[in-house]
Amino acid sequence: MVATATGAPTEARVWELLEEVTDPEVPVLSILDLGIVRSVSVAGPQVTVTITPTYSGCPAMNTIATDIRLRLLAGGITQLTVHNQLSPAWTTDWMSAAGRAKLTAYGIAPPVDGTATGHVLNLFGKATAVACPLCGSAHTQLVNQFGSTACKALYQCQDCREPFDYFKCH
Amino acid sequence: MRQQLFEFVLQLADTSLVLGHRLSEWCGHGPVLEQDLAMANIALDLLGETRSLYQYAAVLEGQGRTEDDLAYLRPATAYRNPLLVEQPNGDFAHTVVRQFLFDNYHYHLLLALKDSPDAPLAGIAEKSVKEAAYHLKWSSEWLIRLGDGTAESRQRLDKALATLWRYAAELTTPTATEAALQDLGLVPDYGALAPAMQAHAAHVLAEATVPTPQFAPFAQRGGKGGQHSEHLGYLLAELQYMQRAYPGLTW
Repeated sequence: MVATATGAPTEARVWELLEEVTDPEVPVLSILDLGIVRSVSVAGPQVTVTITPTYSGCPAMNTIATDIRLRLLAGGITQLTVHNQLSPAWTTDWMSAAGRAKLTAYGIAPPVDGTATGHVLNLFGKATAVACPLCGSAHTQLVNQFGSTACKALYQCQDCREPFDYFKCH
Repeated sequence: MRQQLFEFVLQLADTSLVLGHRLSEWCGHGPVLEQDLAMANIALDLLGETRSLYQYAAVLEGQGRTEDDLAYLRPATAYRNPLLVEQPNGDFAHTVVRQFLFDNYHYHLLLALKDSPDAPLAGIAEKSVKEAAYHLKWSSEWLIRLGDGTAESRQRLDKALATLWRYAAELTTPTATEAALQDLGLVPDYGALAPAMQAHAAHVLAEATVPTPQFAPFAQRGGKGGQHSEHLGYLLAELQYMQRAYPGLTW
């Protein structure tokens, strides 16, 4: 069955609309780039979107849920449930390749693959080597493992001397 | 069993809320900008965990109370947080020691709790343990820096350890509720957590060149049973002010 403007929404259409919802803190990233949409299910006119929070206290999550509602409503979907799911816990591994490229272009260093420590306590381990998103140098230094938002750490480039945010592995 | 689980989830929620509130008091007053940010970030993580726990507690209770009712409309005597987390911030060393004692317990508890057969509780633990690992790293590094730093930082750290160490035992002393849930296998046996906690503390204290404080024979406890120090009332007065003054207020 082909969905019409007034007919039942298709799953593909919902995914298209979700691609247009962006992270309020990092507006270059769509929520699909970020990897927080776990599933979409469509049953007749009823749509359920399941999302996973990045960090428990992330204030953007409420905004994102509202933005999903508004975007889907504007797309003609009126019966919508946004469901929050904690497990399995979100990880930066779910961030798309496109999302990583967009982050770098925006001036935020993307998470370095394979360095997500998860719940493992890395007490005296070396800080992750992160390339400067501005000049590309790998000669950078961790300034603070907590940054301007819950998902970022603060680094400084030792070559171009610019401070920058690193979307930390999690 | 459901009632006991409700009480336990509420205890965890109260604990993270009260400590998160304490840390938020540093916002704008931190010793340096980076640590101001760090404490605000940790406070935010704890608040996020608290919300998930209160939401789950509300479901377990099934009386129509919401997360906001549980946080804003219960008196101090109904709060179930251990005494440690309500202690005032004091100087930065006091805050670091309080955080270290809590993080060492919190991280190891969540690590075990994420395998609890109670799925919602395990889900919250799985989410929060990643954040707790960051917190423990932060407080461990600062404990080392203060202990192995200057004469001034060492003196302040020693004072903080002497003041706060006695509050640690309450964290892992099970209440009747916790013991019952441990028997059911829903909550980890605290005795089994002890070796890893002690090993971590010993490692960090050795790096900090600080001798391990002895547990004071007059260990302070009572908060998990609702008997609090005077500090909690003042904290809740600020935290609950808007809902008490203007019931039902929404933004």
